[in-house]
Amino acid sequence: MRFDSLLDSVGGTPLVGLPRLSPGPDVRLWAKLEDRNPTGSIKDRAALAMVEQAEKDGLLTPGCTILEPTSGNTGISLAMAARLKGYRLVCVMPENTSAERTQLLRMWGAEVVYSPGAGGSNEAVRVARRMSQEHPDWIMLYQYGNPANAQAHYDTTGPEILADLPTVTHFVAGLGTTGTLMGAGRYLREHQPGIQIVAAEPRYGELVYGLRNLDEGFVPELYDESVLTTRYSVGPRDAVRRVRQLLDEEGIFAGISTGAILHAAIGLGQRAVKAGETADIAFIVCDGGWKYLSTGAYEGTLDEAEDRLDGQVWA
Amino acid sequence: MSVEVRIPTILRPYTGGAKTVEAQGDSLSAVITDLDTRYTGIGERLVEEGSLRRFINVYLNDEDVRFLGGIDTPVADGDSVTILPAVAGG
Repeated sequence: MRFDSLLDSVGGTPLVGLPRLSPGPDVRLWAKLEDRNPTGSIKDRAALAMVEQAEKDGLLTPGCTILEPTSGNTGISLAMAARLKGYRLVCVMPENTSAERTQLLRMWGAEVVYSPGAGGSNEAVRVARRMSQEHPDWIMLYQYGNPANAQAHYDTTGPEILADLPTVTHFVAGLGTTGTLMGAGRYLREHQPGIQIVAAEPRYGELVYGLRNLDEGFVPELYDESVLTTRYSVGPRDAVRRVRQLLDEEGIFAGISTGAILHAAIGLGQRAVKAGETADIAFIVCDGGWKYLSTGAYEGTLDEAEDRLDGQVWA
Repeated sequence: MSVEVRIPTILRPYTGGAKTVEAQGDSLSAVITDLDTRYTGIGERLVEEGSLRRFINVYLNDEDVRFLGGIDTPVADGDSVTILPAVAGG
Protein backbone atom coordinates (compact mmCIF):
# COMPACT_ATOMS: atom_id res chain seq x y z
CA MET A 1 0.00 0.00 0.00
CA ARG A 2 1.40 3.37 -1.00
CA PHE A 3 0.36 6.85 0.21
CA ASP A 4 1.47 10.36 -0.73
CA SER A 5 2.01 11.30 2.92
CA LEU A 6 1.51 10.00 6.44
CA LEU A 7 -1.78 11.88 6.75
CA ASP A 8 -3.10 10.07 3.68
CA SER A 9 -2.49 6.74 5.41
CA VAL A 10 -4.98 7.28 8.27
CA GLY A 11 -7.62 4.54 8.50
CA GLY A 12 -7.92 1.42 6.37
CA THR A 13 -6.98 -0.73 9.36
CA PRO A 14 -7.08 -4.56 9.43
CA LEU A 15 -9.98 -6.52 10.90
CA VAL A 16 -8.60 -9.72 12.38
CA GLY A 17 -10.45 -12.75 13.68
CA LEU A 18 -9.86 -14.09 17.18
CA PRO A 19 -9.99 -17.87 16.73
CA ARG A 20 -9.12 -18.65 20.36
CA LEU A 21 -11.21 -16.05 22.17
CA SER A 22 -14.30 -16.49 20.00
CA PRO A 23 -16.91 -18.38 22.04
CA GLY A 24 -17.66 -20.86 19.24
CA PRO A 25 -17.60 -21.52 15.49
CA ASP A 26 -20.90 -19.68 15.00
CA VAL A 27 -20.13 -16.79 17.35
CA ARG A 28 -16.99 -15.04 16.24
CA LEU A 29 -15.04 -12.05 17.52
CA TRP A 30 -13.27 -9.66 15.15
CA ALA A 31 -10.75 -7.03 16.27
CA LYS A 32 -10.40 -3.78 14.31
CA LEU A 33 -6.75 -2.87 14.85
CA GLU A 34 -6.84 0.89 15.22
CA ASP A 35 -3.34 0.88 16.70
CA ARG A 36 -2.21 0.61 13.08
CA ASN A 37 -2.93 4.29 12.51
CA PRO A 38 -0.02 6.77 12.18
CA THR A 39 0.17 7.77 15.87
CA GLY A 40 -1.08 4.41 17.08
CA SER A 41 -4.70 5.10 17.94
CA ILE A 42 -8.19 5.41 16.52
CA LYS A 43 -8.11 9.13 17.31
CA ASP A 44 -6.09 9.84 14.17
CA ARG A 45 -9.34 9.53 12.22
CA ALA A 46 -11.26 12.11 14.23
CA ALA A 47 -8.32 14.47 14.72
CA LEU A 48 -7.51 14.65 11.02
CA ALA A 49 -11.18 15.08 10.11
CA MET A 50 -11.65 17.91 12.63
CA VAL A 51 -8.52 19.73 11.43
CA GLU A 52 -9.45 19.41 7.77
CA GLN A 53 -13.05 20.49 8.40
CA ALA A 54 -11.82 23.56 10.30
CA GLU A 55 -9.51 24.36 7.36
CA LYS A 56 -12.44 24.03 4.94
CA ASP A 57 -14.55 26.29 7.14
CA GLY A 58 -11.77 28.88 7.13
CA LEU A 59 -11.33 28.67 10.93
CA LEU A 60 -7.79 27.33 10.77
CA THR A 61 -5.26 29.31 8.81
CA PRO A 62 -1.47 28.92 8.72
CA GLY A 63 0.14 29.83 12.04
CA CYS A 64 -3.05 29.32 14.09
CA THR A 65 -2.97 27.88 17.60
CA ILE A 66 -5.20 24.87 18.29
CA LEU A 67 -6.41 24.25 21.85
CA GLU A 68 -7.90 20.89 22.90
CA PRO A 69 -8.92 19.18 26.14
CA THR A 70 -7.81 15.55 25.89
CA SER A 71 -6.96 12.58 28.08
CA GLY A 72 -4.19 11.83 25.60
CA ASN A 73 -4.87 10.04 22.34
CA THR A 74 -6.75 12.83 20.56
CA GLY A 75 -4.02 15.24 21.62
CA ILE A 76 -1.31 12.95 20.23
CA SER A 77 -3.17 12.64 16.92
CA LEU A 78 -3.72 16.40 16.74
CA ALA A 79 -0.06 17.01 17.56
CA MET A 80 1.04 14.92 14.59
CA ALA A 81 -1.44 16.61 12.23
CA ALA A 82 -0.61 20.09 13.59
CA ARG A 83 3.12 19.51 13.14
CA LEU A 84 2.70 18.39 9.53
CA LYS A 85 0.32 21.24 8.73
CA GLY A 86 2.13 24.01 10.58
CA TYR A 87 -0.13 24.76 13.56
CA ARG A 88 0.76 25.27 17.19
CA LEU A 89 -1.08 22.91 19.58
CA VAL A 90 -1.87 23.40 23.26
CA CYS A 91 -3.39 20.35 24.99
CA VAL A 92 -5.16 20.40 28.35
CA MET A 93 -4.75 16.96 29.91
CA PRO A 94 -5.61 15.56 33.36
CA GLU A 95 -2.47 15.20 35.48
CA ASN A 96 -3.39 11.59 36.29
CA THR A 97 -2.73 10.12 32.85
CA SER A 98 0.19 7.89 31.92
CA ALA A 99 3.66 9.47 31.68
CA GLU A 100 4.03 8.24 28.11
CA ARG A 101 1.17 10.44 26.97
CA THR A 102 2.96 13.61 28.01
CA GLN A 103 6.19 12.37 26.45
CA LEU A 104 4.47 11.60 23.15
CA LEU A 105 2.62 14.93 23.06
CA ARG A 106 5.85 16.84 23.57
CA MET A 107 7.71 14.70 21.01
CA TRP A 108 5.23 15.75 18.36
CA GLY A 109 5.62 19.37 19.45
CA ALA A 110 2.50 19.98 21.55
CA GLU A 111 2.47 22.13 24.67
CA VAL A 112 0.85 20.42 27.66
CA VAL A 113 -1.20 22.19 30.33
CA TYR A 114 -2.29 19.92 33.19
CA SER A 115 -5.74 20.01 34.72
CA PRO A 116 -6.39 18.71 38.27
CA GLY A 117 -6.70 14.92 38.52
CA ALA A 118 -9.92 15.03 40.54
CA GLY A 119 -12.67 15.22 37.95
CA GLY A 120 -10.63 13.60 35.15
CA SER A 121 -11.48 14.72 31.63
CA ASN A 122 -14.43 16.82 32.83
CA GLU A 123 -11.93 19.07 34.53
CA ALA A 124 -9.75 19.24 31.39
CA VAL A 125 -12.81 20.44 29.46
CA ARG A 126 -13.48 23.13 32.05
CA VAL A 127 -9.88 24.37 32.05
CA ALA A 128 -9.76 24.42 28.25
CA ARG A 129 -12.99 26.41 28.08
CA ARG A 130 -11.54 28.97 30.46
CA MET A 131 -8.33 29.22 28.41
CA SER A 132 -10.39 29.58 25.26
CA GLN A 133 -12.04 32.68 26.72
CA GLU A 134 -8.64 34.12 27.64
CA HIS A 135 -7.32 33.46 24.12
CA PRO A 136 -10.18 34.14 21.73
CA ASP A 137 -7.87 33.76 18.72
CA TRP A 138 -7.07 30.12 19.58
CA ILE A 139 -9.16 27.49 17.84
CA MET A 140 -10.69 24.84 20.10
CA LEU A 141 -11.73 21.93 17.87
CA TYR A 142 -13.65 20.48 20.84
CA GLN A 143 -13.84 16.77 20.06
CA TYR A 144 -16.85 16.25 22.36
CA GLY A 145 -19.14 18.40 20.29
CA ASN A 146 -17.48 18.57 16.87
CA PRO A 147 -19.64 16.80 14.27
CA ALA A 148 -16.50 16.08 12.18
CA ASN A 149 -15.41 13.65 14.92
CA ALA A 150 -18.45 11.38 14.48
CA GLN A 151 -18.52 12.04 10.73
CA ALA A 152 -15.01 10.58 10.37
CA HIS A 153 -16.32 7.28 11.72
CA TYR A 154 -19.48 7.47 9.64
CA ASP A 155 -17.33 7.97 6.54
CA THR A 156 -14.51 5.51 7.28
CA THR A 157 -14.68 3.20 10.33
CA GLY A 158 -18.27 2.07 9.73
CA PRO A 159 -17.91 1.39 5.98
CA GLU A 160 -14.59 -0.42 6.52
CA ILE A 161 -16.16 -2.80 9.03
CA LEU A 162 -19.17 -3.56 6.85
CA ALA A 163 -16.97 -4.09 3.77
CA ASP A 164 -14.72 -6.54 5.63
CA LEU A 165 -17.51 -8.26 7.56
CA PRO A 166 -20.83 -8.13 5.67
CA THR A 167 -22.32 -10.53 8.25
CA VAL A 168 -21.57 -8.24 11.21
CA THR A 169 -24.24 -8.54 13.94
CA HIS A 170 -22.67 -6.50 16.77
CA PHE A 171 -20.38 -3.48 16.94
CA VAL A 172 -18.68 -2.78 20.27
CA ALA A 173 -16.55 0.28 21.01
CA GLY A 174 -15.45 2.47 23.88
CA LEU A 175 -17.41 5.49 25.03
CA GLY A 176 -15.36 8.62 25.59
CA THR A 177 -16.23 11.44 23.23
CA THR A 178 -18.86 9.03 21.82
CA GLY A 179 -17.58 9.88 18.30
CA THR A 180 -16.72 6.30 17.27
CA LEU A 181 -20.05 4.87 18.41
CA MET A 182 -22.16 7.73 17.08
CA GLY A 183 -20.49 7.79 13.65
CA ALA A 184 -19.79 4.12 12.93
CA GLY A 185 -22.95 3.15 14.84
CA ARG A 186 -25.19 5.35 12.68
CA TYR A 187 -23.60 4.08 9.47
CA LEU A 188 -23.95 0.45 10.51
CA ARG A 189 -27.56 0.90 11.66
CA GLU A 190 -28.44 2.42 8.28
CA HIS A 191 -26.76 -0.34 6.30
CA GLN A 192 -27.11 -3.45 8.47
CA PRO A 193 -30.65 -3.86 9.79
CA GLY A 194 -30.84 -5.43 13.24
CA ILE A 195 -27.21 -4.75 14.17
CA GLN A 196 -26.52 -4.16 17.86
CA ILE A 197 -24.41 -1.11 18.72
CA VAL A 198 -22.89 -1.57 22.17
CA ALA A 199 -20.86 0.85 24.28
CA ALA A 200 -18.22 -0.16 26.83
CA GLU A 201 -17.54 2.67 29.21
CA PRO A 202 -14.50 2.62 31.49
CA ARG A 203 -15.30 2.77 35.21
CA TYR A 204 -12.47 4.58 36.94
CA GLY A 205 -11.47 4.93 40.57
CA GLU A 206 -13.28 7.42 42.75
CA LEU A 207 -10.85 10.30 42.30
CA VAL A 208 -11.71 10.60 38.62
CA TYR A 209 -15.39 11.23 39.34
CA GLY A 210 -14.48 14.22 41.43
CA LEU A 211 -16.19 15.86 44.33
CA ARG A 212 -18.07 18.56 42.51
CA ASN A 213 -21.77 19.04 42.33
CA LEU A 214 -23.53 16.41 40.27
CA ASP A 215 -24.99 19.14 38.08
CA GLU A 216 -21.47 19.78 36.82
CA GLY A 217 -21.26 16.32 35.25
CA PHE A 218 -20.55 16.02 31.58
CA VAL A 219 -22.30 14.37 28.66
CA PRO A 220 -20.64 15.02 25.28
CA GLU A 221 -22.82 17.06 22.92
CA LEU A 222 -22.26 14.39 20.25
CA TYR A 223 -23.99 11.73 22.35
CA ASP A 224 -27.35 10.46 21.11
CA GLU A 225 -28.43 7.44 23.11
CA SER A 226 -30.85 6.31 20.39
CA VAL A 227 -27.84 5.12 18.35
CA LEU A 228 -26.92 2.58 21.04
CA THR A 229 -28.50 -0.77 21.80
CA THR A 230 -27.02 -0.71 25.27
CA ARG A 231 -24.11 0.50 27.34
CA TYR A 232 -21.92 -1.33 29.88
CA SER A 233 -19.67 0.01 32.60
CA VAL A 234 -16.42 -1.97 32.89
CA GLY A 235 -14.00 -1.59 35.79
CA PRO A 236 -10.20 -1.80 35.69
CA ARG A 237 -10.02 -5.39 36.94
CA ASP A 238 -12.05 -6.81 34.06
CA ALA A 239 -10.31 -4.49 31.59
CA VAL A 240 -6.84 -5.64 32.69
CA ARG A 241 -7.87 -9.30 32.81
CA ARG A 242 -9.18 -9.14 29.24
CA VAL A 243 -6.29 -7.11 27.85
CA ARG A 244 -3.89 -9.73 29.21
CA GLN A 245 -6.05 -12.51 27.77
CA LEU A 246 -5.96 -10.79 24.36
CA LEU A 247 -2.16 -10.81 24.50
CA ASP A 248 -1.83 -14.36 25.87
CA GLU A 249 -4.33 -16.04 23.56
CA GLU A 250 -4.32 -13.96 20.39
CA GLY A 251 -0.96 -12.17 20.52
CA ILE A 252 -2.52 -8.70 20.35
CA PHE A 253 -0.87 -6.10 22.61
CA ALA A 254 -3.58 -3.52 23.25
CA GLY A 255 -4.19 -0.59 25.57
CA ILE A 256 -6.26 -0.99 28.71
CA SER A 257 -9.50 0.51 27.35
CA THR A 258 -9.52 -2.23 24.70
CA GLY A 259 -9.74 -4.74 27.55
CA ALA A 260 -12.97 -3.08 28.67
CA ILE A 261 -14.37 -3.29 25.14
CA LEU A 262 -13.32 -6.92 24.76
CA HIS A 263 -14.99 -7.72 28.09
CA ALA A 264 -18.31 -6.42 26.77
CA ALA A 265 -17.79 -8.19 23.42
CA ILE A 266 -17.13 -11.55 25.10
CA GLY A 267 -20.24 -11.08 27.26
CA LEU A 268 -22.35 -10.50 24.14
CA GLY A 269 -20.76 -13.54 22.52
CA GLN A 270 -21.54 -15.79 25.48
CA ARG A 271 -25.13 -14.57 25.41
CA ALA A 272 -25.40 -15.39 21.69
CA VAL A 273 -24.03 -18.90 22.30
CA LYS A 274 -26.60 -19.48 25.07
CA ALA A 275 -29.39 -18.27 22.78
CA GLY A 276 -28.17 -20.56 19.99
CA GLU A 277 -27.61 -17.59 17.69
CA THR A 278 -25.01 -16.92 15.04
CA ALA A 279 -23.01 -13.76 15.65
CA ASP A 280 -20.13 -11.81 14.12
CA ILE A 281 -19.01 -9.32 16.75
CA ALA A 282 -16.67 -6.55 15.60
CA PHE A 283 -14.92 -4.54 18.29
CA ILE A 284 -12.40 -1.72 18.36
CA VAL A 285 -8.80 -2.08 19.48
CA CYS A 286 -8.37 1.63 20.31
CA ASP A 287 -4.60 1.63 20.67
CA GLY A 288 -1.59 -0.50 21.51
CA GLY A 289 -0.36 -1.13 25.05
CA TRP A 290 2.93 0.73 24.65
CA LYS A 291 1.91 3.98 26.30
CA TYR A 292 0.47 2.20 29.33
CA LEU A 293 3.54 0.13 30.26
CA SER A 294 4.42 2.54 33.07
CA THR A 295 0.98 2.03 34.66
CA GLY A 296 2.01 -1.53 35.56
CA ALA A 297 -1.15 -2.98 34.04
CA TYR A 298 0.74 -5.75 32.26
CA GLU A 299 2.69 -7.18 35.18
CA GLY A 300 2.02 -8.65 38.60
CA THR A 301 -1.32 -9.88 39.89
CA LEU A 302 -4.70 -8.45 38.94
CA ASP A 303 -5.01 -7.03 42.46
CA GLU A 304 -1.74 -5.16 42.05
CA ALA A 305 -2.72 -3.84 38.62
CA GLU A 306 -6.11 -2.75 39.91
CA ASP A 307 -4.49 -0.88 42.81
CA ARG A 308 -2.03 0.86 40.51
CA LEU A 309 -4.79 2.02 38.16
CA ASP A 310 -6.94 3.41 40.95
CA GLY A 311 -7.23 7.16 40.43
CA GLN A 312 -5.72 6.99 36.91
CA VAL A 313 -7.52 7.99 33.73
CA TRP A 314 -6.59 4.68 32.08
CA ALA A 315 -8.80 4.84 29.00
CA MET B 1 -35.96 -7.82 47.32
CA SER B 2 -32.63 -6.62 48.64
CA VAL B 3 -30.03 -5.01 46.38
CA GLU B 4 -26.60 -3.54 46.97
CA VAL B 5 -26.23 0.11 45.96
CA ARG B 6 -22.80 1.65 45.35
CA ILE B 7 -22.78 5.33 46.29
CA PRO B 8 -20.42 7.81 44.58
CA THR B 9 -18.14 10.00 46.72
CA ILE B 10 -20.24 13.09 46.10
CA LEU B 11 -23.36 11.50 47.65
CA ARG B 12 -21.71 9.87 50.67
CA PRO B 13 -22.53 12.76 52.98
CA TYR B 14 -26.10 11.41 52.75
CA THR B 15 -25.12 7.85 53.68
CA GLY B 16 -22.86 8.82 56.58
CA GLY B 17 -19.84 8.05 54.43
CA ALA B 18 -20.93 4.53 53.46
CA LYS B 19 -19.66 3.40 50.04
CA THR B 20 -22.28 0.70 49.65
CA VAL B 21 -25.70 0.40 51.23
CA GLU B 22 -28.51 -2.15 51.09
CA ALA B 23 -31.89 -1.13 49.75
CA GLN B 24 -35.27 -2.78 49.21
CA GLY B 25 -37.59 -2.65 46.23
CA ASP B 26 -38.62 -4.45 43.06
CA SER B 27 -37.74 -1.58 40.71
CA LEU B 28 -35.05 1.08 40.57
CA SER B 29 -37.69 3.65 41.43
CA ALA B 30 -38.68 1.70 44.55
CA VAL B 31 -35.02 1.28 45.52
CA ILE B 32 -34.45 5.05 45.29
CA THR B 33 -37.59 5.73 47.32
CA ASP B 34 -36.36 3.28 49.95
CA LEU B 35 -32.95 4.96 50.02
CA ASP B 36 -34.59 8.35 50.47
CA THR B 37 -36.58 7.21 53.50
CA ARG B 38 -33.32 6.44 55.30
CA TYR B 39 -30.99 8.97 53.66
CA THR B 40 -33.27 11.97 53.36
CA GLY B 41 -32.58 14.13 50.31
CA ILE B 42 -30.64 11.57 48.28
CA GLY B 43 -33.67 10.89 46.08
CA GLU B 44 -33.89 14.37 44.64
CA ARG B 45 -30.17 14.33 43.86
CA LEU B 46 -30.84 11.37 41.58
CA VAL B 47 -34.29 11.99 40.16
CA GLU B 48 -35.91 15.03 38.62
CA GLU B 49 -39.52 15.10 37.43
CA GLY B 50 -39.74 11.32 37.43
CA SER B 51 -36.55 10.69 35.43
CA LEU B 52 -32.90 10.21 36.26
CA ARG B 53 -31.02 13.48 36.28
CA ARG B 54 -29.01 14.15 33.11
CA PHE B 55 -25.56 13.93 34.66
CA ILE B 56 -26.26 10.81 36.73
CA ASN B 57 -25.63 7.34 35.35
CA VAL B 58 -27.09 4.31 37.09
CA TYR B 59 -25.99 0.79 36.22
CA LEU B 60 -27.81 -2.42 37.10
CA ASN B 61 -25.22 -5.20 37.18
CA ASP B 62 -22.95 -2.95 35.07
CA GLU B 63 -25.60 -2.20 32.40
CA ASP B 64 -26.86 1.39 31.97
CA VAL B 65 -30.49 1.42 33.20
CA ARG B 66 -31.44 3.96 30.52
CA PHE B 67 -31.29 1.01 28.10
CA LEU B 68 -33.20 -1.34 30.39
CA GLY B 69 -36.28 0.54 31.56
CA GLY B 70 -34.99 3.73 33.09
CA ILE B 71 -36.29 4.47 36.53
CA ASP B 72 -38.88 1.65 36.16
CA THR B 73 -36.20 -1.00 35.53
CA PRO B 74 -37.08 -4.13 37.56
CA VAL B 75 -34.47 -5.28 40.04
CA ALA B 76 -34.07 -8.73 41.59
CA ASP B 77 -32.71 -10.00 44.87
CA GLY B 78 -28.91 -9.83 44.92
CA ASP B 79 -28.63 -7.32 42.06
CA SER B 80 -25.99 -4.63 42.19
CA VAL B 81 -26.82 -0.98 41.50
CA THR B 82 -23.98 1.48 40.79
CA ILE B 83 -24.54 5.24 40.77
CA LEU B 84 -21.90 7.42 39.04
CA PRO B 85 -21.60 11.00 37.79
CA ALA B 86 -21.25 11.24 33.98
CA VAL B 87 -17.63 11.78 32.89
CA ALA B 88 -15.93 12.40 29.58
CA GLY B 89 -13.05 10.63 27.85
CA GLY B 90 -10.90 11.09 24.79
